[in-house]
Order: sequence, then C-alpha cells, then structure tokens
Amino acid sequence: MKTLQEIQKIREEKKKELELRVNTKADTREKHILVCNGTGCTSSKAPKIIENFKKIVKEKNINNVRVIKTGCFGLCAKGPIVIIRPEDTFYAMVSPEDCEEIIQSHIIEGKVVERLLAKDINGSKVKSLDELSFYKKQKRIALKNCGVINPEDIDEYIAFDGYRALARVLNEMSQDEVIDIIKKSGLRGRGGAGFPTGKKWELTKQSEENQKYVVCNADEGDPGAFMDRSILEGDPHAILEAMAIAGYCIGANQGFIYVRAEYPIAVERLKIAIKQAEEYGILGDNIFGTNFSFNIQIRLGAGAFVCGEETALLESIEGKRGQPRVKPPYPAQAGLWGKPTLINNVETYANIAQIILKGADWYASIGTSNSKGTKVFALGGNVNNIGLVEVPMGTTLREIVYDIGGGIPNGREFKAAQTGGPSGGCIPREHLDTPIDYESLKAIGSMMGSGGLIVMDDTKCMVSLAKFYLEFTVSESCGKCTPCRIGTKRMLEILEKLCNGEGTELDIYKLEKLAVNIQKASICGLGQSAPNPVISTLKYFREEFRQHAIQKECKALECKAMSQIIIDEEKCKGCGLCQKHCPVGAISGEGRGKRVIDQNKCIKCGTCLTSCPFHAIGN
Amino acid sequence: MEKEMINLTIDNQKITAPKGTTILEAAKQAGIDIPTLCFLKEINEVGDCRMCIVEVEGRRGFATSCIQTIEEGMVVHTHTPNVLEARHVILDLIISNHAKDCLTCTRSGNCELQTLATKFNVLNVEFPGEMTKHRIDDLSPSIVRDFNKCILCRRCVAACKNVQEIGAIDCINRGFESCISTTYDHSLNDVNCTFCGQCIEACPTGALHEKETIDDVWVKLKDPDTYVVVQTAPAVRVALGEEFGMNIGTNVTGKMVTALKRLGFDKVFDTNTGADFTIMEEANEFIKRFKQNDNLPMITSCSPGWVKYIEMNYPELLPHLSTCKSPHQMFGALIKTYFAKKEGIDPKKIYMVSVMPCIAKKFERQRTEMQNDGLYDVDNVITTRELSRMIKQANIEFEKLEDSQFDNPMGEATGAAAIFGTTGGVMEAALRTAQDILTGEQLEKIDFEQVRGGEGIKRATVEIAGKDLKVVAASGLANARKILDEIKEGKADYQFVEIMACPGGCVMGGGQPIKSSKIRSEIDVRKLRADALYSIDEKSTIRKSNENPVLKKIYDEFLGEPGGSLAHKLLHTKYQKREKYNI
Amino acid sequence: MEEKCKCGNIQKDTFFEGLLNTYLPEKDNLIQMLNEIQEHYGYVPMWTQKELSNYLNVPMAEIYGVVTFYSRFSLKPKGKYNISVCLGTACFVKGSQKIMDRLQERLGIKQGETTKDGMFSIEETRCVGACGLAPVFTINGEVYGKATVQKLDQVLDELIKNKDN
Repeated sequence: MKTLQEIQKIREEKKKELELRVNTKADTREKHILVCNGTGCTSSKAPKIIENFKKIVKEKNINNVRVIKTGCFGLCAKGPIVIIRPEDTFYAMVSPEDCEEIIQSHIIEGKVVERLLAKDINGSKVKSLDELSFYKKQKRIALKNCGVINPEDIDEYIAFDGYRALARVLNEMSQDEVIDIIKKSGLRGRGGAGFPTGKKWELTKQSEENQKYVVCNADEGDPGAFMDRSILEGDPHAILEAMAIAGYCIGANQGFIYVRAEYPIAVERLKIAIKQAEEYGILGDNIFGTNFSFNIQIRLGAGAFVCGEETALLESIEGKRGQPRVKPPYPAQAGLWGKPTLINNVETYANIAQIILKGADWYASIGTSNSKGTKVFALGGNVNNIGLVEVPMGTTLREIVYDIGGGIPNGREFKAAQTGGPSGGCIPREHLDTPIDYESLKAIGSMMGSGGLIVMDDTKCMVSLAKFYLEFTVSESCGKCTPCRIGTKRMLEILEKLCNGEGTELDIYKLEKLAVNIQKASICGLGQSAPNPVISTLKYFREEFRQHAIQKECKALECKAMSQIIIDEEKCKGCGLCQKHCPVGAISGEGRGKRVIDQNKCIKCGTCLTSCPFHAIGN
Repeated sequence: MEKEMINLTIDNQKITAPKGTTILEAAKQAGIDIPTLCFLKEINEVGDCRMCIVEVEGRRGFATSCIQTIEEGMVVHTHTPNVLEARHVILDLIISNHAKDCLTCTRSGNCELQTLATKFNVLNVEFPGEMTKHRIDDLSPSIVRDFNKCILCRRCVAACKNVQEIGAIDCINRGFESCISTTYDHSLNDVNCTFCGQCIEACPTGALHEKETIDDVWVKLKDPDTYVVVQTAPAVRVALGEEFGMNIGTNVTGKMVTALKRLGFDKVFDTNTGADFTIMEEANEFIKRFKQNDNLPMITSCSPGWVKYIEMNYPELLPHLSTCKSPHQMFGALIKTYFAKKEGIDPKKIYMVSVMPCIAKKFERQRTEMQNDGLYDVDNVITTRELSRMIKQANIEFEKLEDSQFDNPMGEATGAAAIFGTTGGVMEAALRTAQDILTGEQLEKIDFEQVRGGEGIKRATVEIAGKDLKVVAASGLANARKILDEIKEGKADYQFVEIMACPGGCVMGGGQPIKSSKIRSEIDVRKLRADALYSIDEKSTIRKSNENPVLKKIYDEFLGEPGGSLAHKLLHTKYQKREKYNI
Repeated sequence: MEEKCKCGNIQKDTFFEGLLNTYLPEKDNLIQMLNEIQEHYGYVPMWTQKELSNYLNVPMAEIYGVVTFYSRFSLKPKGKYNISVCLGTACFVKGSQKIMDRLQERLGIKQGETTKDGMFSIEETRCVGACGLAPVFTINGEVYGKATVQKLDQVLDELIKNKDN
C-alpha cells in the first residue's frame, strides 16, 4: 500500500530517471534500448532480441545500458523494431543476430549501424523515429505511452503522470464535475457508432441502483484490427485508471475487462498491471484514503466476434452464449445481472486520464466539429507502411494512405479502402479526400467502427471482397434472430453464385432486397451492419457485380471459376521461372521454349504471376 | 397503488395503457393484431423471430413489439409497406430452412408457421438455399424431435429450462448451424429429460411431437384374439373436444365413450376408478406414515414426469415418495388380474390401452417395475391428441355423437377422482378420504378450497380429525425443486405434498391439445379445463373415493385390505436412483 | 451410430481438482473455467462438462451450447501440429485464402478437422496481430509471416519428413 505522497515521490524520482525516453537532449550517460514487444514484433522473435541484448550487456559488463520491453511503436511493417534512447535511433527489421553489432557499434563505439536504419518511403534512411514520414502526421494521445514505457512496470506509468488523474478526481472533484469534463471534451465511443461518452456516463450515473458495474470492452474482433490490443499491451494501466475514474463517476465498485483469450500478451500484462495496482492500493478498498473502493476482474472471451456487441458481451460475462439482448433497455439501465452498467471500449478509456489532466478544451480543440480528439487505425492491406496510426479526427483518407501509409506497393493503383471491418464499407478513389470522422464516413456508406483500415489495390475483386465479409458474418452470426441467421447465409450463397459465374441480374436485386431488410430487422449491431460491405460495394462498384452476373467475368482474376491464368506467347521468353515456382506442376515447356499452363491442374494461386520477370502471365 | 398510464398512438388510434405494457399488448387492446411466432406469453419473450416488428416514429430500425414497452407519446405503425416487406422476407427466410412436408406433418392444420404462411400468401420461396440437416431423435418412448422442422423460436428451450428448470435441451452451435439439441446431440432418452412434454406444448411447428403409437392400437383392434381394453384419464375428457372445434373446457365424457366404443374397444373404462384406488391406498399409506412420523412429508407419486425428476435429481429424498402406482397403472394391474379372472379372460390376451393427457406415461408404462407375472399393467399409452387422430381416422363425426356410459363392472368413479386432473386435486381427494378414515365418520365437509387454483405452490393448513395438517400442492418442476430444497434443508414443516410435473397439473399435460401462442395469451386454458373437472366433481353423487361401491366390492372380493399384501403387490411400486446423463 | 465417449468416466485429475478449488461454483465462471480446460487438455473433454454441470449446477445441454458457441473451444483434440491460417482482412487482402486452400488440399482435410493420424489439424483465425507480416499462418502458435504457397509447401514437406522418420 502506498499513500498519495509516496506515489508522488515515485513519480518524481522515476521522472528524472526516464527523462531520456522523451527528451533526446537529456543530460545522461545512460542509454535505454527499447525493444517492441507487441504481438507483431513478438511474432518475429522480439523476445529473443531482448534476451540477446540482456545477455550481451551482461557479458560485456556494460552498466549504463538498460534493455526495456515496450509496447507497440506502430510501424509493424518494419518490425521487429529497436529504438535507442535518448538519441532516438530507429532500427528496423532487427534480427536476434544483430544484437551483438548494435551493442558493439552503437553502444560501445558510438557508431550508428547504418544497415539497420529504417528506410523511409522515398528510400532515404532515417536516423530517428521523428524523421519518419509515418509519424509526422500522427498525434499520439491514446497511444501516448505505447513504445515509451515498460508496460509491466507501474512505476514507469506513474512517472509519465500515471494515476494523477485518478488522484485528482477522487480528491478534488465531484462525480458531476468529472462527467461534465468528459461531456465537454466531445469524446465519443471509439468502438463503433460513436455514442457521446460523457452522456453515457451520465445516464449510467442517473440509474438508481445500489450495485452498478464498469465494463471495458476489449473484445476486439474486427479481423485486421489491433488498436485495442496494442493499447492493452503497451499501456495497460491507462485502462485501469480510466475504469476507476468511471467507477467513481457512476457509483460502481466493480469493473470487468472482457478481453479476447486470443490476446495472451495483453491478458498477461493486464494481470500484472492489476496486481501492481492492487499492491499500491490504487485498486481495492479506500483508494488514496478516500471512501471510494474499486476492483477489476478480467474475463476472457472465447472467440466470438458478436461478443464485441455490448449486450452479447454482458451475456458472455454472465457465463452464457454471447447472444445479444434487444435494446432498449440499454446497459446503462439494465446491464450485467440486470444492474446499470457502463461499457466503453479500450481506446475510449485510453483518452480519459489525459482529458482530466489537460482539460476538456484541450481535447475539444483537436478534430472536427462533431468528432473530437484522435482515432487510432490499424492500417493494413496493400499499403507500404502497415501498422498502427493515431491521427486527429478530420485527417483525410488520402493523408493516411499516402502520407502516413506510404502509398500502394508494387506500383499498383488504389482501388478502395475498407473501414469499420465487417460492419463497415468500402471507400472508393473518389472519396479519398473525405475527412475521417463519424459523420462523413457514415455519409459515404462506411463507418468508423473500431478502426480497421484496409487498403486494396486494383487487383482486388469487390465481389469477392463482399463475399469475404459475408463469410465472416455468417460464421460469426450468433444465430439468435432470423434475418441475421438465415438472411446473411442467403446473401452469402448469392455472392458465391456470382463469384462462381452462376449468378444473374435477379440475384443482384435479391441481394439488395435481403440487405435492406436484414439491416432493419436484425436485433443487434452485427446483423444490422452485416449487409454494409455489400451495400457499399454495390454502391461504388456495381459494374463489377454486373460483369460477374452478366458477362461472367472477374476482371481482377480473383474469382477462380471465371478466370484462367494464361501465358502470353508474345511476351514469354522461356526462362522457366514460372515452371520452377508452380507448386502443382501445372506449367509445361522445355529449354528456352514457350511455357503453357494446364488449366486442369492450375490452382490459380498466382505464384507464376509474381515470378514472371517479363509480365507475360495474366488473364 | 394506481399504475401510471401511458398515452400513445398505434395506427392512428389514440390508446392509453398502463406503464410496462408491451406494444404488442397495447395494440391487442386496440383491436390491432401483430403477428408473432417466437412469442409465448410469460414463457418466451425474447424477440428472436422478428415477425412482430413495428415502426416507431423517431427510432432507427424496427421496434420489437412483443417485448418493448410503450412510452409516452409514442407513435407506432404496425403495417407500413416497410414492415410488411420485412415480415415477408423474414417469413420467407424461415420457410426456406424448414422441411415443407406439411401433408405428412402431425401439426398440419395446427401449425403456427403454416398459419402465417397462409396469411402472408407465401406461394413460393423467394430466397431458397441450403437447409440445415438434423438427425431425427425417436429413441425415447415419449418424444420425437425432428429439428428439420425447427424454426429456432426457442419456445421449447424456455419451457424446459425456465419454466421447468430442467434444461435437457438448449441452443447449440452458432449462426446458421444453430439448433436446439441436447448435450452432444444425444437422444432425449439418455439425458436429464423428464418427458413432461411441455416442450411439445410450446412448439409452434411439428419439430416436437409425441412418439405416436396408435398404429399398434389399430393392429390390436383388428386382431380377434386380443381383448382390447381402454381407460381414459380425468383430464382427457375436458380437452378432447378442443380437437373437434369445441370450446376449451367442454366436458365430452359421454361422446368420448361412444367414440371409443365405435372404434372397437372391447371395454371402455374410466381411469377415475383407478384414481379412487390410488386415493384409498395413498390415504391409508399417509395415515400410517403420519402416525409413525415415517419419512414425512409424504409426496404423491402419480405424475411420472415428476417421479423421473426426483429419481434423477433428488434420489436421497425418494423415501418421501408414496409407493402408490399412478391410477392408470393400478387400474391396468386390476384389469389383468381381478377383471380377467372375473370375466374368464386369459390376461395374456388382454391389451390395455391408456388414453392420457401425458407423454411421460408412455415412459412410465414400460418401467420394469410396472408388471405383474411378466405382464405389463398397461400395454400402450396414447395421448389425448392421438385419440383425436384415431377418431378422425375412423371418420367419426365426434361433435354429433350421442353420450354413453363407461362399461361395468369397473365403470363407477367419484368426483374425487375427477379432480385428479388438476393441481391440488389429488391432495383434496386424499384429504376427503383421510379425514373419514381418521375420524371413522362420513364427514360432510369435503371442499378444500385452499388447494385449488392455478398458483404454482399452494400451501395450506387443514384441520383433520382435530389435528392441524400442513399440506402443499405444487405443480411445475421448478416449483417441485423449491419444495424438495426445503425438505432437503430441513425447512419443511408440512406433512403431505402433492406434486405434478406440468404447471397446472394434468389438464395442461404434454399430451393435451396444443394451443397456439395467441390462444394461450388470450385465454386461461388451465382454468377452463380445471373448472370443468371441478364441475364434474360437484355434480357427482359420490365425491369420496372411500365411498365408491366398486372399490368396496373389489377390496372385499379380491384385494383385501388397502395396503395389504396383494394390494402391495399390484398397486404399489418402488423407485430407483437414475443417472441424469447416460453418456 | 455416434461414438460413445470413453472418457465419460475419467477420474478427475489434479489439474481439474485445482480448477474447482480456484473458482467458486457460480455460473458466470463457466467460460473462464472452460478456457482453462481448453488450454490444459487442448480440448474440452465430455467428462469435464459433466463435472462442471454438477459443480456449477448448469445443465449439460447449456454447457454444450456454450462450448459449441465459442470458436476457441473444441470438442476433439487438435493435431500434433495445429496449423492456423489467418483469414483476417489484412491477410485476406494479401492472399491468405490461397494459403488456406492449398493447406486443405495438401492435408486432405477441411478447416476445423484433424488428419486421421492425428498429426495435423487446420483452423482459421481472424487476425493474430501480425498484420505487418501478412499473410501469416501459425503452427502451434509459432508465426510464419509473408507466407506463400511455396513457403507453406516447404514447411509441410519438412514436417511430413520429420513425421516419417
């Protein structure tokens, strides 16, 4: 147990010690080697890198160097990432074998290891993180501590103003004052529809009941989105602090974090964080000597996208199948075990403490008129800089894709971007300059969603993409209500027909009729939004649907039943590379002779397409 | 306290209804019908099927009228073109995944999906596609599950899990593959099902029905060497008429007897006579146990679903159960002994058919304890519904039949036996006889109003022979659980308990005519059927089992004393602990 | 005829005893306990469901309903090599469906199935969080990034060779 004064003391001491993390001119001879330990980098041997660094530092008896495990730096495409502070040198795609050289050259000899420096989009090597164009247009609020602190050390969180907001709230502010700040800040829920957060808190506070709950929705199920996970992995205490503040405001003493079991690193760090917070008395009874008590339990999800829907999530916490409830009543009135419950998602909570500390006006000054603050996106797909980006609301799609994302690889054209995952829609070229906020995304048929942003180049078939999302929805539909359970299945069947070249124009009509009615008649957000990918692709790429239905043609070559991969005799130089790479031996030909694809054997994997140096292979 | 009233508009009609009323109910009050499918009042109010959607001005998407409540100033439209199209699409989708073999379906003509399809003029399926395939479970003696006809309304799950608190079936898998099943898709025979049949009563389609055995009856009726005897349970006579369009609660005893005779049964007897035996045995058993304070409270044992329930869930409390067989089993045993001897018929040639409001009786009759000298007491149990089908098969115009009487020598029964068919009835019948035995007098006070009515648990203190007796009548297995928990925890201060598995008792049994959700939400079916039984009782000349002359004769001529050794051999049984899951 | 599960009567082991000691017999613990069971045994054996039914006083049908609802729980043991292909959007856009198709073709089983010899099982996942490496597949949790059909073939060849040895 620590008193407020003791925590303040930790903060002051640690702040000095960690200055070099945020100040390149820090007056110290210490060096911190920060190694990203987000899931992406961990998948490519980051833990081994840490182990090697520690071993070498010990062997060489270097005592001014600390090796720190951090959360995600964001630029996953360049992982594993190592950053050396205070000078902020950014090493990309580091392998465990590179550790020796980094220590020897950079740390001991003071020479930057040039070959490991990250390359910017224009090909130039950058020495520090700030120089990367990837970071230039970003503004980090929710991700503030990610990649800066060791998420497994509460003291580091405290050093960077951690738990100061909670202390201020508990000691100096009334419940209504806090809610008022959140309301004025303009913060809206980051999980989907963008309900005003302060309003939600107020409604839950107003429900009269002795027992209430605070829930953190960390069931990030959008395939291709990993914002929430990165926050949990990189800055778990920020979530605990915000939940405690929320508990104080609405009058709850129990919180639950519902997190996917598929996020083992996040779960582990949350467990550590809760334990540390309890040891310091920041969670538990009479926090900071006040009469406010608050505890947090972790509840693991078990692989059901629908549990991201708030009422399904509540059912799951109660130990049941995650089947949504009809709303109203809303969770603010009757949530967990029928008690008023406040549910916010991870990213929403990640903004709270800073809004308290820096004020509503500061936050409201960022973003657009109706969408305040920043939004984190998981940028993926056919884009150069795959990773996590946090930008002020109102940033245009073009800025994200081209300035931050570095454009489309392999010299291909941008075709569409998909936001909002299976609930969202596709945004075509003509809307690249749309400023990203809740309303404008909705106006063009997509939605903010949780923040997945997938870029697609001109080789993508939009009918197959719609089919992909429907496959997802069908496999994730809970099965409770008729339109979603059977309707989405029927939509998928129609899309399958179209992709197999068996569709007709009538099918397009049926698809639209189903889409509209499923949207309106389903119980929950999953069903209501399931047709969105179809509706938006039909809106912008109707011609492609018609090509599939009438001409039985898939120009993007993705729909196997309708496409053949053939070798252009004119262009083929007989190098044989395609033959060598073909995994099924479908290509024949000898010596310098022309090569031919046996259509019966071909599995249309596309390997030959990419292996041909003469671009002789195509539709 | 006055309930707050809410003003709203539905289809341009101004309506005032109490706060908490659903849109569906409010519309009904205004004479506006909204179609439903998964809705079953007070049992399944979940809004899954989406048929009841309506438009509420200012609300995104549709409102779910069966569960969402009215709000001040609300403006509702129940049949805009949008709503109608959506309902049509939803119905189409349901039908697209439903086995459309209506001609050969037991529920044809009484199927809520069929009714809607007719109403919506569904002439072809607009969105056909893959259909889920399910194995038919017909291994249990009582219930057949054909989930190719299931529409996932979950009314059966609610009946099993919430009303009865059994949970033998539940929703499994996810999405399109969702279905209602047991653990690991085992047969109901191998899981914790009690065969109460409330799921069947709840099912809007033909996905759940009884294991039909009328073909066996026809075979025996045709066989000149078989002496086919039929008996009918009390609750059957006040429900059978419903299957022929008669009002709920019509007493059709006379027509039923005529129909059975026309069908060709050699003898038509009344299970009520069996019920009188049960009372004699049970009252005597109770008095003995009461005097010796032996395993009190004593609990009745005539509901086989209930017996299976206690065997599976509270085996340690089995000594509390009366050892009496249920009325039709007692009666069957007497037919194959006393009656056979008296008439000079080889008992092996007697085929005993029971017409029951119950499907658990199908299970009960084949319990190994239910035989004597290698012969089952009862050879076939058919439900009220099955009897109605036999009558229809024989092309008998039931409504036009004349009345006739049960056959003798075992055709006499009392009013006490008639009320066996409703919750509290067995208790009341037993109390009438018990007080006579205890006082040795023929008492006039025979109405025990305290144990009448539809409540799930009825507690009463009755004065009998100068002693205060505490009694409880419970119906529905969730209520049974509450009573058993009290006994288990030593909190039971009562001496006699009546338990029936089905909520409301046998009149609401799993073999009774199935009433649509709409009827169930508008009419108190239980009350009408029960009232008809009480009316039979009231009109009876003999209203106490101990005064039934048939009983006196058979005890004198054949059985000896109630509870005596022959009575024990024929009329009593024993119980066993059962595993809930044989898997 | 479906197979009767022989493990129906397995005695509770120390792990399971420990589990019962860790969690109170409250229904909301069901999913947490199932998660631990899945983690420990690699699937959710029938006998554990029976025991949980008794312990938590939840009908087996409901537990089965929960187990079959959540995709993380499996009713059968997975293969020695559990290969999981990411079909998250980022990977899909980069061609992970082709990896999945090839994998199913090579092993002759569909996703969610295990080969007869118990060596391989195939699963799909939705985002393992290594979008920078898309498309990815994992074998027993180890991530193979920037996957191609050829790379998959190589890895499979290697595993099959090891198996034969």
